[in-house]
Amino acid sequence: MTMTQRVQRLRELSLNTPATLSSERARLLTEYHKSVALRQAQDDNPGIQSIPVQRALALKYILEHKTIYIGDDELIVGEKGHAPKAAPTYPELCCHSLEDLQILDSREKIPFKVDAETRDLYEQEMIPYWTGRTMRERILESMTAEWLAAYEAGVFTEFMEQRSPGHTVLDNKIYDKGFIEFKVDIRRQEMILQDSDDPDRKAKCEQLKAMDLCCDALILYAERHAEKAQELAANELNPKRKAELEEIAVICQKVPSQAPETFREALQYYWFVHLGVTQELNPWDAFNPGHLDQHLLPFYEKGLAEGSLSKESARQLLQCLWVKFNNQPAPPKVGVTAAESSTYTDFAQINTGGIHPDGSNAVSEMTYLILDVIEEMRLLQPSSSIQVSRTNPDEFIHRAGEIIRTGFGQPSVFNTDTVVEEMLRVGKSLEDARAGGTSGCVETGAFGKENYNLTGYFNIPKVLEITLHNGLDPRTEKFIGIQTGAPETFGSFGELFTAFEKQLDHFLEIKIQGNRTIECLYAQYLPAPFLSILIDDCILQGKDYHDGGARYNTSYIQGVGLGTITDSLSALKHHVFDEQNLSMAEILEAIRADFVGHERLRQRLLNRTPKFGNDDDYADDVMLQVFEAYFRAIDGKPNMRGGTYHVNLLPTTCHVYFGSVMGASPDGRHARQPLSEGISPVQGADRHGPTAVIRSVAKMDHVRTGGTLLNQKFSPQILKGEGLDKLVKLIRTYFRLGGHHIQFNVIDADTLRAARANPELYRDLIVRVAGYSDYFCDLSTALQEEILQRTEHDCF
Amino acid sequence: MTTGIVFDIKKFSLHDGPGIRTTIFLKGCPLSCQWCHNPESRSLKPERFYWENRCVRCGVCVEVCEQGAVTMENNQVVTDPDKCQLCGDCVEACYSEARQIVGSEMTVEAVMAEIERDRPFYEESNGGVTFSGGEPLNQADFLEEVLDHCRDLGIHTALDTCGYAPWETIDRLRARIDLFLYDLKLMDGDRHREFTRQGNDLILDNLRKLSEMGHAIHLRVPLIPEITDTDEQLQRLAGYAASLPNLERVDILPFHALATDKYQRLGLQHPMPPNRKHDAARITEVADIFRSFRLPVTTGG
Repeated sequence: MTMTQRVQRLRELSLNTPATLSSERARLLTEYHKSVALRQAQDDNPGIQSIPVQRALALKYILEHKTIYIGDDELIVGEKGHAPKAAPTYPELCCHSLEDLQILDSREKIPFKVDAETRDLYEQEMIPYWTGRTMRERILESMTAEWLAAYEAGVFTEFMEQRSPGHTVLDNKIYDKGFIEFKVDIRRQEMILQDSDDPDRKAKCEQLKAMDLCCDALILYAERHAEKAQELAANELNPKRKAELEEIAVICQKVPSQAPETFREALQYYWFVHLGVTQELNPWDAFNPGHLDQHLLPFYEKGLAEGSLSKESARQLLQCLWVKFNNQPAPPKVGVTAAESSTYTDFAQINTGGIHPDGSNAVSEMTYLILDVIEEMRLLQPSSSIQVSRTNPDEFIHRAGEIIRTGFGQPSVFNTDTVVEEMLRVGKSLEDARAGGTSGCVETGAFGKENYNLTGYFNIPKVLEITLHNGLDPRTEKFIGIQTGAPETFGSFGELFTAFEKQLDHFLEIKIQGNRTIECLYAQYLPAPFLSILIDDCILQGKDYHDGGARYNTSYIQGVGLGTITDSLSALKHHVFDEQNLSMAEILEAIRADFVGHERLRQRLLNRTPKFGNDDDYADDVMLQVFEAYFRAIDGKPNMRGGTYHVNLLPTTCHVYFGSVMGASPDGRHARQPLSEGISPVQGADRHGPTAVIRSVAKMDHVRTGGTLLNQKFSPQILKGEGLDKLVKLIRTYFRLGGHHIQFNVIDADTLRAARANPELYRDLIVRVAGYSDYFCDLSTALQEEILQRTEHDCF
Repeated sequence: MTTGIVFDIKKFSLHDGPGIRTTIFLKGCPLSCQWCHNPESRSLKPERFYWENRCVRCGVCVEVCEQGAVTMENNQVVTDPDKCQLCGDCVEACYSEARQIVGSEMTVEAVMAEIERDRPFYEESNGGVTFSGGEPLNQADFLEEVLDHCRDLGIHTALDTCGYAPWETIDRLRARIDLFLYDLKLMDGDRHREFTRQGNDLILDNLRKLSEMGHAIHLRVPLIPEITDTDEQLQRLAGYAASLPNLERVDILPFHALATDKYQRLGLQHPMPPNRKHDAARITEVADIFRSFRLPVTTGG
């Protein structure tokens, strides 16, 4: 492992420090608001500030007063909380209750330590002040009864009730421009506006004023780091560290007010920007630098040429940045249950490879260095991806494959050529599309120019369940859909599908209406002037990021359970309408009984039905029908920011929650069990290996999505030696067939144990036995044991 | 319409030739190797497989069998091979897929349809299709038609063969085969006959002819404990291999116990104790024997 002792210590600290909930931001924000109220009360003629300016002043107040942390060994500085792993809260969005704090502190998985002082502060000040003032309350109060009923039934989730619409990534604009120059841009726009007869002139000027204040806030924040570094340097006895601290001070004086000139300045500049965005609000998903290899390459080459940088010093600086990302756990949620563990990861996905805006291969020495860092650091955050274009060399995928097979799920693999096509289809310019990429899980966006907002997951199989109950949700026993007829009366699959489609349209319309209200609430009450500086064309338009200021404004609704819905419909089509060997009533009875007393029927549904993921056109055609229905109900609908809705198909971990609100389904799935995830087939339903899976999922037109997620499992033995070359070719073929994304989970011993305990869900698991591979669940116990042992001991 | 007896089609096959491949397993074999790891491949006739681990003991197989061949004894399903006519009624009724008939008649078109599905994968990876078995040359007419179609489509073909077939058959097909995966088990003719029921003259003769004609050949040597793994036999085999004018490489295939499951599914005992196996050191020694003859070697298949 290539890691200096300094990096090893920083990494250990990051890994060993428990996550804590930091009340500092909440306290400062509340102080600010109370002081404004006090001033207004004292002043006879109070000048009430506009909301954008208030938000900017609040950010400024926070950055002016928060604790500045510079730890031992650090070369890149700045923390979102008061110390590493301390997660700030955002009470203006959602305020934690004492019960929330208790659960976060004590739950077994993904805990956040909450000290007594924080609890007291919440009890005495935060909760009394923020109750009735939070965005979450505003949102839930504004939703219609039918929205609330569908939400409670688990038809969809809502992304914006705890985190602000963010989901954007930075382009290259900060690498040749300091914040002083952003201020110049803002001033110029103000002057243009002052002479214009724009009817929104006043609002726009307020918005620009807020952005200008945010520039000052970040510069001030960096200067405070410079002061702190000076102070530490003055007291530092070790001359080496003293010099380092002095250098930190010099760099923090320079960036972000001025453009970076060195590799290290570029990294430090980005990190200050990151801290600004994530302290202003808690946007989904974590902001990130995007094509980091492309952005850093000029600094790297310049540093090497001048002799001021070596490959090893560049590596160390990157590793220091990686630690910084890992120091920031995702914002702790409110309204959590003890069972809900969530994750510390905040989905900052660093892109590597891909293409330049002119379409040429962008894989460089810097790309490989970043891949090294990903492998060496082996951290949860930042997440990483490779962007694979037909112009990239196989060697690039191969190098990523070496990291993938070590089994920590990174990097994920994207098809640049499809990603670009997706953006062109929805009207983005070729250059913007090529400079874009993917972020969060798999979402496509134009980096630095787009607000591409995930609005919530949508439970597609749940809609069939409601259709099969003629509008009733069997779990909550509420009538939440529309009457589309008793299912026993459907005379053809076409009639069933039409009913399903009507229900689908009904619920998506409810979701979209709700989103529109929420978007307006954000635009009005929680503008993001800092983020607006960074995303084109917010300055040019004098408009906030939340209010349509971005060049492109997309809203996504993420469909979940494609495999489950396809197999469920395929089962009904095949058995009830085509073969007529089962009646609708028989299947419904079995489902309602969760198959108790109907195991033979369940086996029939499981094993005698065409299933998605086997390159079987019967099932795959059903998948296409579902895809088209989902697409038609969403694509192109307007949002409130001047943009449109598009689909994407990804679950994160929501397929588990969505499964838990559902009874048994016609594909043979038991009640409360997880749905299929992403666009992957139902767990265990694909029986013809990965090429058949790829062929099935590639039948969908990925270009008409904003991202799809395909998970494949591989045993480490298969990926040895030549196996890795074949993995590269498997990826190439999927991408040639138009796939958007694929990620590989390398099977570990725990997976094999789970497969042994529950073979039905793992019938797709292929392992290398000897000279060939076989399905794990078909092996004898003794052989399974042998492979388990081997897997446990295998390492690369 | 020409048909063949196929007992399995395996996609994403990674260990039977270059690239990503589809392997077509044809049923029936003229040899009867004691260590055979595909016991269901030997007979040309369909056979019954019983997957005990999938069986839920529901008894439907007992109910549907008109011959009364299936009974349930002490919660175990027992099939009387003399009564069973392989009609497949129980297979159809067994939704948990514990009962299977191995070997089905497929048309050339049906096999081609399966092969063609993965063409993009072959093209990207320089893969193709491999015919294995059993002994594919046993169904030469069927194989010839499928090979013709593959050649028309530009799909790379490999033949996994034991080499025990009349030269005329091989000669008729050889131009359509891009790569031979040629098994060579034992150099001593008597021992070959003892362990496989056939002598090896024809096999060695065919191998030399193919090699002299310049065909691409990977020689596959199964390493069977105490049968094919003696230094003396391996030295002899390596010497012979080195004398061939044209050999791309030698693949050493260590014995594995996987076939035990398959014998059980057929209701048979594995003729060889499954606990015998080679350690990594021995496999390296064996590879070194071949390397000493300047032959390129892979191990593990």
